[in-house]
Amino acid sequence: MRKLALNDEILLKIEKPARYIGGEVNSVMKDPEKVDIRFAMCFPDVYEIGMSHLGIQILYDMFNQWEDVWCERVYSPWIDLDKIMRKEKIPLFALESQDPVKEFDFLGITLQYEMCYTNVLQVLDLAGIPLEAKGRSGEDPLVIGGGPCAYNPEPLAEFFDLFYIGDGETVYRQLLDLYKENKSNSGTRQDYLRKASEIEGIYVPSLYDVTYNADGTLASFSPSVPHVPKTVKKQMVLSLTDTYYPKRPVVPFIKVTQDRVVLEIQRGCIRGCRFCQAGMLYRPTRERDVEKLKEYASQMLKNTGHEEISLSSLSSSDYSRLKELVDFLIEEFKGKGINISLPSLRIDAFSLDVMEHVQDVRKSSLTFAPEAGSQRMRNVINKGLTEEEILTGAGQAFEGGWNKVKLYFMLGLPTETQEDMRAIPELADKIARRYYEIPKEERSGKCQITTSTSFFIPKPFTPFQWARMYSNEEYIARAAIVKHAFNDQLNRKSLKYNWHDAEITVLEGVFARGDRRCSKVLLEAYRLGCIYDAWTKVFDYGKWLKAFENTGTSMAFYNERERKIDELLPWDFIDIGVTKEFLVREWERAMKGEVTKNCREQCSGCGAARFGGGVCNESKN
Amino acid sequence: MKARIKFRKYGSLRFIGHLDVMRYFQKVMRRSEIPIAFTGGYSPHMIMSFAQPLGVGVTSDGEYLDIQLTAPVASERAVAKMNAVMAEGIEVLSFVQIPEEKKYSGMTITAAADYRVTLLESARSAEQTRRIPGILKAQAEHFLGQEEIKVWKATKRSEMEVDIKPMIYDMQVGDADIRLFLAAGSEHNLKPDLVMEAFLDFCGEEKGAYPLHFHRIDVYAKNPDAWADEKAAHVRGAGLVTLESLGKKIGE
Ligand code: SF4
Repeated sequence: MRKLALNDEILLKIEKPARYIGGEVNSVMKDPEKVDIRFAMCFPDVYEIGMSHLGIQILYDMFNQWEDVWCERVYSPWIDLDKIMRKEKIPLFALESQDPVKEFDFLGITLQYEMCYTNVLQVLDLAGIPLEAKGRSGEDPLVIGGGPCAYNPEPLAEFFDLFYIGDGETVYRQLLDLYKENKSNSGTRQDYLRKASEIEGIYVPSLYDVTYNADGTLASFSPSVPHVPKTVKKQMVLSLTDTYYPKRPVVPFIKVTQDRVVLEIQRGCIRGCRFCQAGMLYRPTRERDVEKLKEYASQMLKNTGHEEISLSSLSSSDYSRLKELVDFLIEEFKGKGINISLPSLRIDAFSLDVMEHVQDVRKSSLTFAPEAGSQRMRNVINKGLTEEEILTGAGQAFEGGWNKVKLYFMLGLPTETQEDMRAIPELADKIARRYYEIPKEERSGKCQITTSTSFFIPKPFTPFQWARMYSNEEYIARAAIVKHAFNDQLNRKSLKYNWHDAEITVLEGVFARGDRRCSKVLLEAYRLGCIYDAWTKVFDYGKWLKAFENTGTSMAFYNERERKIDELLPWDFIDIGVTKEFLVREWERAMKGEVTKNCREQCSGCGAARFGGGVCNESKN
Repeated sequence: MKARIKFRKYGSLRFIGHLDVMRYFQKVMRRSEIPIAFTGGYSPHMIMSFAQPLGVGVTSDGEYLDIQLTAPVASERAVAKMNAVMAEGIEVLSFVQIPEEKKYSGMTITAAADYRVTLLESARSAEQTRRIPGILKAQAEHFLGQEEIKVWKATKRSEMEVDIKPMIYDMQVGDADIRLFLAAGSEHNLKPDLVMEAFLDFCGEEKGAYPLHFHRIDVYAKNPDAWADEKAAHVRGAGLVTLESLGKKIGE
């Protein structure tokens, strides 16, 4: 029988002990004596969130296919267990072997959102690994970061030995082989890091020097050692069809956020919304072969026993074989009690027809993400969704029996005026009016239009990377304008409005575009007791403000100034394929309210064509 | 056709609660391709019901769930198929056909359950047990000899005092463990921890003086009728037979 790292007394005392016992169906057990490399793969949040992440399942499957590697999973212990582990000095362990993470060769941490950064420190701390990379010795695992936030790794640079920039399926084999080679040559940790920095896509922060100007902006950023590359090139899988995919994903015992089979139908997005980081990072768009996907769907449902399958992509409607795939799924699985969920679909006749087949119309709601209320604003952000399209889509849906709509917008976008803000409730009201145009006898009661706004956060590698943000107070004021305008609407009784927290927004803003000096703030916030900042019930803004104050760091410096085009940005040393010239061009077009066509309509020469694949190679008419 | 599955729960899966075990078996059904029937409607559910929930931390050699089949499957094959897709900590022990009528369903018919209670060296591990002290053994007879055994029992809304004596069918305090044979099911249900609490209190022991581990041995039904295979039935107490013995093997 497997031994457990936590004793019975603890397991019976804490919430959801199943988070920590491992042993789930399809989890992989190996003999530690028979592998060369032990890799701990961590999602720095609670189990239910971490287990829902497809990327980790892909890498877990890939690593464990390799005979010389055993990859295990690690998640953040929830607050109840965190306290016990500190008190009883129980080291953080991996789920499969239940062995301490500290004994592993690598600790890989996926960075999906900024508000998990203090949890990164929690994981290192509980594992007994020095928080700062410079304090680590040959005894410690190599700590490697990846995921979308690794595209501006600088706020975390002090805490990681390496960062992996790009699709995980590409250079890990090289990195691990180098590790074995270095070990057999009795090379040191430093030797390894030097050599690893020469692998494309690998960034070793300790090998770079940063200097600053008097005004606080970056003056220089360059390698401090010969042979270390000046720019780090994003690595990417050109053919998604021929790469790894987890046909036997791990099946959790407890309910997790994404408790279903997930089919990644494509990576990247052709649309080029100017606020969207994923849309730029994962260029060019690459599709997975539809026949392969059908095969995966059947195998994965059989191997997991899940009762739901979901398609995953940034914009499913753009997948060229969507109809064929969806028809297959409905035909094959609907009769077997399998739910089919299709997020990120554009609302049109096709998707409404599909949705009618796969869900209960009365219970489900339609989702639109116009992101901005006015057409002017939508042109600025290059969101090619018109009011007419929304009203037509909603109208068709209402006639088909739907009566619930969810709308998503952003506030604080570049050039936003009060008129743009008020356009949000006006649009919601127009949708409600469209509903009440249907004769009373034919409609099903009142309609429910729920509008949510979040605050815009400029992200690295987007055309808005130079844009300014606002203060917490200013954001609240903007939400209040929208709120008031909702009260003026004719159908206000059918409209609901929610807005996101502004406190979390400003912090995300700092760490999204921060530099190396931000690591001080993170350390201080962690020292003051911040963890699980993505959890509103745990998040403590007061402590964060104190951390900024104690470290003499200005939030406004990072958030509230528009950066100059020629300013050296902390992430400029990373080459994602999309050129800075393109981003500048898009920023300028945004200011003029000019729309840019999507990759399938017309290539705009963003630079990603140099990878030589994906949508850039599709024949265009 | 209706079938009854008997399984055991051991090792680290004792930390998985009842609702999660239900979800777990739904996935087992799909992985092992047991032809289970679904309810109709927009979101169909598997027709599956558990006889008696098991508390977190408790292990068991006799857990039951009944399912409705759309086609027969041979007992041995079904057991093998399910065990091939199991996680360590749950093992299917048998798969038998049961009568169609609702009154025979595990949930309705359950009348008793028996438990093995062990005293632990420490709450940290259920593995290290200790011998039952002589004082406890000596007190068992007096404990059961009481006119009534009143305990506070939590109900949905409040707490009330109940006499649990009629629900204790048997209690044997041995050297290595304590065996409890208790009422279970929808009519009367007595949890073993409640009995132990009352017993230790009766013995004058402080609360929490003895860390305990509970293990369910089996679940029983009353009134066996012609369907039961008399020879296979493990008759105990007042004509109680295991839920398993009320079914019959399905051949190839
Ligand atoms: S090079 Fe053209 S087609 Fe390729 S991703 Fe960029 S804009 Fe799209």
